[in-house]
Order: sequence, then C-alpha cells, then structure tokens
Amino acid sequence: MNNGVNKKSIMQRLGGQKFIVLLVVIVLFAVFSIASEDFRKYTTVLQILDFSYYIVLMAIGVTFPLITGGVDLSIGTGLICYSLAGGYLVVHHGVPTIVGILISVLFGIIIGCANGVLIAVMDLPPFLATLCTCMITRGLGSICSKGYGVSWPTTGAPGSWFRGIFKLTIGNTKYPIGFLWILLIVAAMAFVLNHTKIGRYTIAIGSNKEAAILSGINVKFYHIMAYTISGFFAGLASIAYSAVFPTVQPGTGAGFELEAIGGAIIGGVSATGGAGSIEGTLIGVFVICLLKTGLPYVGLQANWQQIITGLVLIGAVLVDIIKKRRARA
Amino acid sequence: MGEVILTMNDIDKSFPGVHALDHVHFDVKRGEVHALMGENGAGKSTLMKVLTGIYTKDSGTIEYEGKEVEFHNAREAQEAGVVIVHQELNMVGHLTVAQNIFIGREFKKGLKIDDKKMNEEARKLFERLNIDIDPSATMSDLTVGKQQMCEIAKAISHEAKVIVFDEPSAALTEAEIAELFKIIRDLREQQLGIVYISHRMDEIKVITDRVTVMRDGGYVGTLITKDCTKDDIINMMVGRVIYEEPKTKSLVPKDAPVVLKVEHLNAGKMVQDVSFELRKGEILGFSGLMGAGRTETARAIFGADPKESGDIYVNGKKVTINSPQDAVNNGIGYLSEDRKRYGIVVRKTIAENSTLATLDKYMKGIFIDKKKEAEVTQKYVDSLATKTPSIDQLVVNLSGGNQQKVVIAKWLVRDCEILIFDEPTRGIDVGAKNEIYKLMNRLAAEGKSIIMISSEMTEILRMSDRIIVMCEGKVTGELDIEEVSQEKIMTMATREIKD
Repeated sequence: MNNGVNKKSIMQRLGGQKFIVLLVVIVLFAVFSIASEDFRKYTTVLQILDFSYYIVLMAIGVTFPLITGGVDLSIGTGLICYSLAGGYLVVHHGVPTIVGILISVLFGIIIGCANGVLIAVMDLPPFLATLCTCMITRGLGSICSKGYGVSWPTTGAPGSWFRGIFKLTIGNTKYPIGFLWILLIVAAMAFVLNHTKIGRYTIAIGSNKEAAILSGINVKFYHIMAYTISGFFAGLASIAYSAVFPTVQPGTGAGFELEAIGGAIIGGVSATGGAGSIEGTLIGVFVICLLKTGLPYVGLQANWQQIITGLVLIGAVLVDIIKKRRARA
Repeated sequence: MGEVILTMNDIDKSFPGVHALDHVHFDVKRGEVHALMGENGAGKSTLMKVLTGIYTKDSGTIEYEGKEVEFHNAREAQEAGVVIVHQELNMVGHLTVAQNIFIGREFKKGLKIDDKKMNEEARKLFERLNIDIDPSATMSDLTVGKQQMCEIAKAISHEAKVIVFDEPSAALTEAEIAELFKIIRDLREQQLGIVYISHRMDEIKVITDRVTVMRDGGYVGTLITKDCTKDDIINMMVGRVIYEEPKTKSLVPKDAPVVLKVEHLNAGKMVQDVSFELRKGEILGFSGLMGAGRTETARAIFGADPKESGDIYVNGKKVTINSPQDAVNNGIGYLSEDRKRYGIVVRKTIAENSTLATLDKYMKGIFIDKKKEAEVTQKYVDSLATKTPSIDQLVVNLSGGNQQKVVIAKWLVRDCEILIFDEPTRGIDVGAKNEIYKLMNRLAAEGKSIIMISSEMTEILRMSDRIIVMCEGKVTGELDIEEVSQEKIMTMATREIKD
C-alpha cells in the first residue's frame, strides 16, 4: 500500500464501465447491420435517433436522483402530462408554440421540485414519493387534455417550427441535428455533475448523506435540486416527444422511466448511489434504444427486447456489485 | 494554559422521557486539552451536540470568546471556529481528499469548482500538519487512519479555535495514535482549545491537561489530570471501584481437548496461512493492530467470507464450512464487532432475537411456539442478568452491554460450544464491560471455548489464557499468559510492517 492508496487498474483508466458499454453499442450496431439489410439504412439511423432523444433527456435528468441514492419514477407519465398540458393550450387556445413549450418545461420543474420536497423535507422514500407523483401526473395529463389525445402542430402547419429542432430538412435530406443538441447538453450536464456544487453535493448525498449534513451543506436544498433537475429534463423530454410523435395520448408514458433508469444504470450509475456519469448514461441509453429498434429487424419482437434489456440490466448491476466487492477486498 | 475561551453554563436538555443533560457545566481554556469522560449515555455527545447547535438546549448559556453565543447548526459553529472531529468518519467516499476537506466551501472559478486550487490548499495544509497524503486520491481508497487524518485536517482548515475530538483513536493503530497525539500537541501549542472525548484511560493520562467527568447526564466534577489517578476518574464515572486484576496464569489444563483446529487457512490478503488450536474451556485472545486480519480470519472460519484453502477441524473431525449456516451447525457462534449491522435485529424484541438462530427448535407445526420461545428467552435474560423491563422489549431500546448479552443468548440458545467474540466490549461502558468479562469467564468455566478478538491491550491481558498475535494477515506469535507482556505483543504485532 503505497501512501495508503490503491493503484488503479487499466480498465479504470480507460473509463471502466463506460468503455465496455460503448463497445457493446458498437458491437450491437455492427451485428444488426450485418444481420439485416433493412437495418443498415440511413432512415433506420434517423429512426433510432428520433426515438432516443426523449429517453436520453429523461435519463440525463434521472441520473441526478439516482446518484443521490434515490429514484424518480414520475418522469415517464410526467413527460406525457407536460406534453399534453402544453400542447392542449397550443392547439385549443391558440397559445404560441414557444409558450406551450415553456409551460411543458415549467410543469416538469414544478413536479420535480414537488418530488424533491416530499423526499428531502418530508422524508418520504424516493420510490414511494415518485410512485405517487407518477400516478398523479398520469391523471393530471388526462385532465389537462380533457381525456383526448393532443396533436402538436404537424410539420408544415403554423407553429410547427419546433419539430425542426431535432430534425433539419434541407432539400430532400433530413439531418438528425437533435443529436448535436444532445451532445451539447451531455457536455453541459457532465460539467454540472463534475465541476459545480450541485453535482458535487449530489454525489455527496448519495455517498454519505450524514457527512454532507455535518459538513454544513444545505443538504435539503441540493436534494431538492437533484429532483428538480430530473423534472426539468422530463419537461425537455416532453418537447422531444412532442416533436417526434404526431399525437400524444393520455394514459401512456408508464414504462418510459424504466428505459431511462435502465440506461443510466447500464451506463454505470451505481444502483446504490454515489457514483455515475452523464456520458455513461448517454451510452447506456443507446444500448436500450439499439435493442429496441434493432431486435425487430432480426426477427425478435418487442417482448424479446424487454427480456433482453432486463438481462443486460442485471449484468450491469452485477458489474457494479463486483466492482464494490473488489474495492473492499 | 491561557484564559477560558469557551464556557458552557448550567446546560439543561430533555428529550421525551429522558433528562439527557442536567445543569451541566463545562469550560475550555486556550492551549489546553480537556478530556470529557463518562460511560456511554452519560451525555458527552449530547453536550457537544448542544454546543455545535445540532441540538437546541432547554436552558443555560454558552459563552465563546467573551460573548454569549447560540449556534443553530454545524455550519454556524464551524464558521465561528468551533468544530467537531466525529467518532464515525464523516467522509464522502466517492470524492477526493481535497474535495472532502473543502466540502461546503469549495473554491470557485466562476461557476466551476476549482479543484486545482483545492488540491493545492490541501497540500499546504498537510505540509503544515506534517501528514503525507495525496490530496487528489479518492477518499475510499485510503486506510481508516489516513481518513481520520483528513478529518482532522478538515477541522483545522476551518480556522478552528476550539476542536472537539470525539473518540478519535477508536479506529487507529498505535502508530497512528502517536501521530494524532503529535498533532494535538501542536494544536495546543498554537493556543487552540481542545476537547478530547475518549474511553481509553491511558490516553487521557498521556494527552490531557484536565478531565471533566459526566454521569447520567449530570456534571460530576473536573480534575487536573496530573494530580489524579485512573481510579479517581473511574470512580467518578461509575461511582464504584470495579476493575479486576488481569489473569496471571491460564485456567485451562495443558491436556484439555482441542475443540477447534485451523490449519493453513488462506482467504485473500488479510488471511495468509493461519493455523492455530483452541482448547476446551479456553479463552484464546487474538491481538494485533487494526487491519491485522483478525476479523477476516474469524469471518473466514465462520464461513461469512470465502476461503481459498485450509482445513478446519471441530472436535478432531474435519468439517466443511462454506456458509455461516455450516458454522452454526458445527456449533460455532460469531459475535460481530459491529453488533448493529451483523449481530442483532434492533427493531425486533429480545425474544425474537434470542431464537433467531434456532427457530426450528421453537416451532409448533408452521407456527412459532411463543410460549416456548418466552421460556428460553427468560431463562437467558435471568442467567445473563440482561437488564430489561420485559423480554418483549425492542433490542434497540437496550444499552450496548445489554444488546451484547442478547447476542450471546442467541448463540447459547443454539448450543454453540465455540464462541468467537469480535471486540466484545466495543462501545460498551465501563460498568457493563465488567459484566461481559465475568460472563465470558463463566462461559469458559462451563466448558465453552472462546476466541476473543480485541484491540484493547488491557482486555487481552486480562481475559486470555493464551494469545495469538496477528500482523498483516499472518500469525506472528503465540504467547501463554504467563510469559506475556505488552511489549512482546507490540513487537509481534508490528513485525511484518514495512515502510
């Protein structure tokens, strides 16, 4: 034991789990491309990306509660709720699209903040608190849209500019510029997680909350912040969802959060809190998205995709457990 | 010693059902080390929590640097220069050393946390304290001793004027304690007021200038350390003389049968080629420094951790132990050093805990036979003199000593012939300690065989018939109680350590 510090392995230097998962993404992509002619088309890539944005955004947000050792189950139904609320005002009350979008995002922030207060101030277990807001947002969404589906302005219609945020059409070619925004957001949030107080205290809460409190940190505030970030990103995800899908149906959305949480865990967020990265989350989500889109191309239907995703998740959590066991030995 | 920097006057604090602090007086001078002593539950920690604003006092005044103050939380106290180095390490394992030291008051460059500057400042701080730690190392990679040094460095970096050390030495090796004392002396030199909470009488004599003793939430008195004896302090703490003399010779016949034989046991770095024998009715002490591999050895024998190789014989018969269940079936019981985590289920009753390892014997069909359970529990509550209003009391409400008795009862109910006590008196106050000792002696006299792992030299010397010393995962010596001395043990305990 040199200086009381253990040496890092080569794996850890390469970024550990992130690195493996990135390899998995590449291998999956290669396998699907080889196995299916239809898969290796530009339109498929566009489709995978289109369907990934809202999950990636949710996953970035939920990474924060996960790192605190908690969870946010309300983001899936929340996303639908926020989209319905904003969209209903745009479609039925002639509110400008930008205002609708802001309302969606603000709604997300409010629900996230409410989660934070329930958990940090009222001491509800995160699982329960967000399960409750999951149910509440599900009902609220239906109420906001009077029980009907909402179609945000379709491409070409006035106020449909926001659909171009994620997919730019020049001539006859569509460009997935949404991915560029995702990369920028990942970079920004990685900075927040690693180099700002919010990020550092999020890790501290997940790693040793007692220590954080005794260090004089306003733990309640930062705990609330983690959930507010999650809510904010669920709000952003609702925009991505509205932009990609023609119609938003009330009563849906349950289960989205599991893909986001699963992605984050696969990407290396510790299932018990304290560790994780935004880059990892991004890569992890792509494992899930690739499986979801790719497996039908090789003849395996959606049920199989869920089973395989579940197995991959078990693998990821096992890696985390083994890492911890090694660290203790 | 300079003038008084901090005075706590007539402090009173009640919790529902408990008068935790009863008009307590305490003061600290600049440039002194003031010990705060008392049994567990005497109110030391409560008093310090009142001081740093974690608890609000019901009445009384706190005067700090000549002004009356009232801190509302740890942060306010810190900012004023009153800091606590806590008993449990309060470090964020996933962050680096420097990030931990400056947590809550990070240096910033715009929005960005300036890790470079934090590392730089931490390095300067370590230089000043003469500590050799890399500020950019991840905290969880450090040894417990180093983590403790970081905790102290953190306290000092707050421009502290009063530092409270709450049982700082509990997890440290002798060498680390020496280092700690050097730092404390330096701080005294710099005219800081230091409060030192500890159970270890030897340390109190070495490092402190005055001793204040508390008992049952009340103030007993303050002594000048160099003018008093250990017994004076103990008498004030418990109100009675209690210490028995150490064993001078083994009570076990040389030809007593070997009940447990371990040969060439290997399990990771911490257990390398460990061999020993345990005789019937013997108390075999396992001595060594923190991290010598004693607990790991016990856990490997007990099947709680995997073994790589080695044979275990119980009563001369070779046995396979791959899980605690196997161990228990072979009559081996393990009393963990960390009772709360491994020993007991705190939110269950004494009865439920007592039969936890033996439930099969207390079933009527598929139901638990409550009557039989109550009988056996009562039997052991009586014979171990566990202090409790009823066997239906939740274990969480018992004192440390009585919790330990519940764990012992659990294994006795199971008819375990071999008991491994891992730090049997950790966190147990002086009075109850003595009872646990008596109990262990009685068990040995009744023919149970005991392995006792202990980091307290006095405990080892007092209780053992024979002593095994470990260092860095290896057995480095074996001593009969007749030939033993503290010096011999220390030499063996440090034999393998290289710099």
